[in-house]
Amino acid sequence: MEHFFLGDLTWSDLPHQWFTIGGTGAIIVGGIIVAAVITYFKRWTWLWKEWLTSTDPKKIGIMYIVMASLMLFRGGLDAIMIWIQQAISAGNAPGYLGAAHGYLDASHFQQIFTAHGDIMVFFVTMGFFFGIMNLIVPLQIGARDLAFPFLNSLGFWLYVAGAVFINMFFVVGGEFAASGWLSLPPLSEIQFSPGTGVDYWVWSLQISGLGSLLGGINFIVTILKMRVKGMKLMMMPLFTWTSLCSMVLVVASFPVLTITTLLLWFDRFFGMHFFTSGFGGNPMLYVNLIWMWGHPEVYILVIPAFGIFSEIVATFSGKKIFGYVSMVCSAIAITLLSFLVWLHHFFTMGAGADVDAFFGIMTGIIAIPTAAQIFNWIATMFRGRIRFTTPMMYFMGFVSLFTFGGMAGVLLSIPGADFELHNSLFLVAHFHTMIVSAALFGIFAGITYWFPKVFGFTLNEKIGRRAFWLWIVGFFMSFVPLYILGFLGATRRLDHYAASTGWQPFFIIAATGVCIIAAAVITQAWQVIVSIRDRRQNTDTTGDPWDGHTLEWATASPVPFYNFAKTPVVDGRDAFWEMKKRGERPGILPPDGYDDITLSKNTGMAIYLSGFVFLAAFGLVWHIIWLALLGIFGAIACVIIRSFDEDTEYVLPAAEVERLEKLAWKK
Amino acid sequence: MSGGVFDPQGPIALQERDLIIIAVSLMLLIAIPMLILLYTFAWKYRAGNKKAAYDPQHVGNALKQLTWWAIPAAIIAVIAVINWQSTHALDPYKPIVSGRPPLTIEVVALEWKWLFIYPAQGIATVNFIQFPEQTPIHFVLTADAPMSSFWIPQLGSQIYAMAAMETQLDLMASATGTYVGKDTEINGAGYSGMTFLARSTSQNDFNAWVASVKDSSNTLTVDEYKNTLLPPSENDPPAFYSSVDPYLFTAILTKYNAPSPTGTPMAFPGMQM
Repeated sequence: MEHFFLGDLTWSDLPHQWFTIGGTGAIIVGGIIVAAVITYFKRWTWLWKEWLTSTDPKKIGIMYIVMASLMLFRGGLDAIMIWIQQAISAGNAPGYLGAAHGYLDASHFQQIFTAHGDIMVFFVTMGFFFGIMNLIVPLQIGARDLAFPFLNSLGFWLYVAGAVFINMFFVVGGEFAASGWLSLPPLSEIQFSPGTGVDYWVWSLQISGLGSLLGGINFIVTILKMRVKGMKLMMMPLFTWTSLCSMVLVVASFPVLTITTLLLWFDRFFGMHFFTSGFGGNPMLYVNLIWMWGHPEVYILVIPAFGIFSEIVATFSGKKIFGYVSMVCSAIAITLLSFLVWLHHFFTMGAGADVDAFFGIMTGIIAIPTAAQIFNWIATMFRGRIRFTTPMMYFMGFVSLFTFGGMAGVLLSIPGADFELHNSLFLVAHFHTMIVSAALFGIFAGITYWFPKVFGFTLNEKIGRRAFWLWIVGFFMSFVPLYILGFLGATRRLDHYAASTGWQPFFIIAATGVCIIAAAVITQAWQVIVSIRDRRQNTDTTGDPWDGHTLEWATASPVPFYNFAKTPVVDGRDAFWEMKKRGERPGILPPDGYDDITLSKNTGMAIYLSGFVFLAAFGLVWHIIWLALLGIFGAIACVIIRSFDEDTEYVLPAAEVERLEKLAWKK
Repeated sequence: MSGGVFDPQGPIALQERDLIIIAVSLMLLIAIPMLILLYTFAWKYRAGNKKAAYDPQHVGNALKQLTWWAIPAAIIAVIAVINWQSTHALDPYKPIVSGRPPLTIEVVALEWKWLFIYPAQGIATVNFIQFPEQTPIHFVLTADAPMSSFWIPQLGSQIYAMAAMETQLDLMASATGTYVGKDTEINGAGYSGMTFLARSTSQNDFNAWVASVKDSSNTLTVDEYKNTLLPPSENDPPAFYSSVDPYLFTAILTKYNAPSPTGTPMAFPGMQM
């Protein structure tokens, strides 16, 4: 009976180690502080009505970015813990806190790098990009909303549920997966990972993966069907183009992740043998499947950043992007090629020279469109008037680092070289160079660039540049030692190593570098605080603080919730740049007046639905069958109830639009 | 840079080091001009420099496009040729041609130690191998544990060791010396400590070493394997076995096969794993 109600849960699953007590304590104390602040300012209703239940993509975008920032702190804390362990765990010196080496025992260390990888990929980078796309893509194509506003809200709340779920092990269970960010079997099978850690891993990916898939479908339909009149595909801003490419990758690849991890869970829960070593299972099948998703995934993370940088280079060089068609072609080429290279993640599994060489050459080919993109950016700067604002600084940092990271990537694509570098710290340095320089710098540049559009004031430039330089210095100190360590034969994921290797000084430099990166992140937080304090000096009254090119700058800042009072008509690329040249100014009452605007109503259904999905996942992790069934049927009931709700839109009268527009442009 | 990829001690590692240097040099041919252009334009066309030309109409040029699609394509084409040839030359399954007959060592990745079986010599070791210099070593690998990857950086290529599967790796040491070998794939709590020593000696020293191992009192039977080696253990010191069950490696490889109709796992005749 007890098992019926509680499944595999026992008292010993409650927090009792220092890190689970710390994690749970942080969650509880943080929750209490936030709740107290909201209660003190009487903001509960406001929060619920204005934000949590909103289907406005700008509000959802901001919530994505807030959540992703929280997760960046969480994943960054993991990074600091990893580096401190490696800096102090040389030789056989006695450890601290009961650990044999350093201050973390092996299993705990392995859980931390597993969580670090998954959090940074799924909940930081993807969260930021979904956030920025929500904010900017509808504006760039002149739309008022996404194609499916409720689906957008649902995608966001599933992302939140996944992010909370990946931290649930702190509170219940006390262990996360210790099998690496992709949890390869047989290590992740029940035989070698009998705890609930891998189950938490599976279900947090299932939940957030479902959210990503819904988001992907939504953006594809929005971009293809909701562009403003006159905007042909080859007139779309490049960030919209790269968002489309990225979302096509999401829709094509995420079902593979869902099915692969689900089959792993079938192995674990039902005792099946898809990926076990014995009984006809095949772990290599998992390795192939997970990388068929995993390689496109890294392009999901960097392609949108290419678009962000394209917008930034063009704007701050005072020119249109050089070679627009070439840029679009190369983005599409990268999108297609990303599905043909997955085997390069395991050249060392003995596939044979023909297979290895094929996938190696395909991988090298991706460098061609990528290099062409970089040349186009450089040509955009040629005979421009370049303003070195913070976003432009991030662009310079991006190209500088990405070029070398890309070289490391092409090197790894040569199987003969990979045989000596696979799973070494060289590989770790390579992919961090790519993801930090492209995805993360792209996110920082994009947020700085579009911040005034969303909030109505610009971010402090001086502190922004300071943060940039801290990032660059910290990055070099953290990752150059890892390239060297890789050549010295140091493998990834080591919780300790022999003192005779002579690696410790490099690990200490790397750990110092991560402290500088931490200082950079704190500086960025400080930048936001100072900018909010000084918002009156930095107010953007024009709606177009950077002399932008694309339609988002044709609206007032901050963007009104209906986006465009009057939908613009477009007849070429860089629509707003052309409008300005023709002397058209936004914010002026159009001759034929405003029209009524139909908008989507708020709904809490996405929150309830995600809550049920969360409960189902919790029940499945702990084998509490009634809870799993409750969650599943509750979620289905939410879908049915929502399907019969036909009162999902409201009309904003033209007179009200006129009043709001006057107010927005009065500043 | 001692002890790593840039300190090769055998023909495979030497070729791989040269391959790395050649590939990086080829890529620098395009990366360096690219970055020089970037910084030059950034400086020259900065907004403060009013003397520089400003031409917002300069947004496309077919010849330039052709140039920067063609140059990277040409370099990647050269790398592709190198890729194809080196991948076949460095195929880990390809026997190394040498005047001396190869020495076969069977490798089993365990939780968290390496078992080495010398089928021709009839001996076995844990976390230590010795072999004669300038002699091709033919490794045959499997695992009785999660996936592991077998790597001796100074001798060259690594290859995965996976349960129920057999992989191969051919390496050779050019001179005498002692090298560190390791696992590169996370396989559980003892992963970081799963290192071993690989010692290359003269043929005479190798023969003497085999004789000394044969004097050891330990023997590796299937029971001994199941009782002392199969259970997980960490940071194991080297161990030496004067004899080994000749079917042990095959039995480990086949123990994961599907159960026979009678319900018992099929193993090598007469052996229950």
